[in-house]
Amino acid sequence: MSTNSAINVDKLNVSFGDSHVVKDLSFAVEPGESYGIVGESGSGKSTVLRVLAGLNRDWSGEVDILGKRQPKIRDKAFYRAVQMVFQDPYGSLHPKKTVDDTLAEPLAIHGIRDAETKISRALQDVGLPASFRFRYPHQLSGGQRQRVAIARALVLEPTILLLDEPTSALDVSIQAEVLNLLQALRHERKLTYILVSHDLAVVGHMCERLLVMQFGRGVEEMTAATLAARAPQTAYAQQLLTASEGFRRAG
Amino acid sequence: MTDHATSPVTWHAWLTTTSPESRRQAKLGQLYRQWLAFRKNPAAVVGLVIVLALLLLAAFAPLIAQHDPLAQALDQRLLAPSAKHWFGTDALGRDIFSRVVYGTRVTLVIVMLVVITVGPLGLLIGCAAGYFGGWVDTVLMRITDVFLAFPRLVLALAFVAALGPGLENAVIAIAFTAWPPYARVARAETMIIRNADYISAMRLQGASQMRIVLKHVVPMCVPSLIVRTTYDMAGIIIIAAGLGFLGLGAQPPIPEWGAMISTGREQIFDQWWVATFPGIAICVVALGFNLLGDGLRDVLDAR
Repeated sequence: MSTNSAINVDKLNVSFGDSHVVKDLSFAVEPGESYGIVGESGSGKSTVLRVLAGLNRDWSGEVDILGKRQPKIRDKAFYRAVQMVFQDPYGSLHPKKTVDDTLAEPLAIHGIRDAETKISRALQDVGLPASFRFRYPHQLSGGQRQRVAIARALVLEPTILLLDEPTSALDVSIQAEVLNLLQALRHERKLTYILVSHDLAVVGHMCERLLVMQFGRGVEEMTAATLAARAPQTAYAQQLLTASEGFRRAG
Repeated sequence: MTDHATSPVTWHAWLTTTSPESRRQAKLGQLYRQWLAFRKNPAAVVGLVIVLALLLLAAFAPLIAQHDPLAQALDQRLLAPSAKHWFGTDALGRDIFSRVVYGTRVTLVIVMLVVITVGPLGLLIGCAAGYFGGWVDTVLMRITDVFLAFPRLVLALAFVAALGPGLENAVIAIAFTAWPPYARVARAETMIIRNADYISAMRLQGASQMRIVLKHVVPMCVPSLIVRTTYDMAGIIIIAAGLGFLGLGAQPPIPEWGAMISTGREQIFDQWWVATFPGIAICVVALGFNLLGDGLRDVLDAR
């Protein structure tokens, strides 16, 4: 574990009332790396992401992002460096704001000038035609909405992007498109990704290293190569891998 | 010729295009789509016509009324409806039609004043309570409960009794008693949306609490409050008329519908028209606002 990691999490614990959803979780992500967190529903993987994003404030442990120890309440500068894409593109865009409003808002909050060109570039970067700029979310498909959400996250030019199951609410054909877009953006902009998913195929495609979580604990950390070789060490990771391959004909 | 044939079509196309070219076009297109949906509801259109007629009557009252609403003519007391006095005359010989027409102004002033004070007040209290939760919510909602615990008319009566009778005091009293349901509605809406991802996304962009509430939460609550307000208009008109009837609202000789009914009470069996026409006016206007509210609910609250 190097000292100049993009993200370093040490002994993270999160509780909601009596339920202890993340237990002593530690991991580190290198700059420019794409790191996956995999697990079933309720394994605490999305909670980890919300802690990193500063949306969840009931945690203990140590979180360092870009070499800075993070307090519970983040400052404005933090949000220029770290952004997040949510799972459900139907819930993550304000229904009464046009695409233009949605993209202009972060620029207005941070007092960034030249919004006009930044917005059209952001749309171009995520592959949306300029004619979509003044549409409302209800005039967009799921895939288009998710592209808007990605554009909104990128318009502040962050270095770290947190992805919370960015494709699980989309059709299979659209999933590939959005994943390829995310891959291309990462290479272009040298972004660091943390991708949370229950889908091993998605994580295997997107990430160099991944962490398997179960009941709030990190079970096994492995490389994509290990995953591709189907050689996880632990029984649970093995089980998850088998389950992800789906139905197998006997014999 | 071609101009006439094509221009409505192009307007329609310009407004309903799926790729608007400016903020204004997108906004207008949204309004136009709502209007198209609204137009499909005949009852709502009737409501809109009544409300528009009310506005026109108020605006052009001097042109429509043939008599001075305050001019007394004691030799023409209690005349039955006729070509000269369409709705008859009252106990002081004043033309009732003119008084009903001028009464629209009084009614509109009351309704408008109440709405512009109550809407924003209820919206802010409700959104703040719903968004911040915790002790803010508890304090604001208990205050709301105190106001809700009294029947509206009784509370309004108490306020007017304390402040003294008069139109302004009636407005203040009605406003004081009308805001709690608005705060409740706004709070309920806010609690649904405060955990929505698009609000989390705003927090993630570093938006201040103030900005989130005012620019992102409030716009989501406004439609249901507009609907609520339109429904409430009927109630406000009736409470205003009730206060007028009890002599606590508009003071004579102001032509206020409730006060007119009150003075007609003594003659109700012999000269029915004195109390009947202002009563019909109250009824029609309350109905108009209710129908309009129904239509707006279908258009604005549709998710």
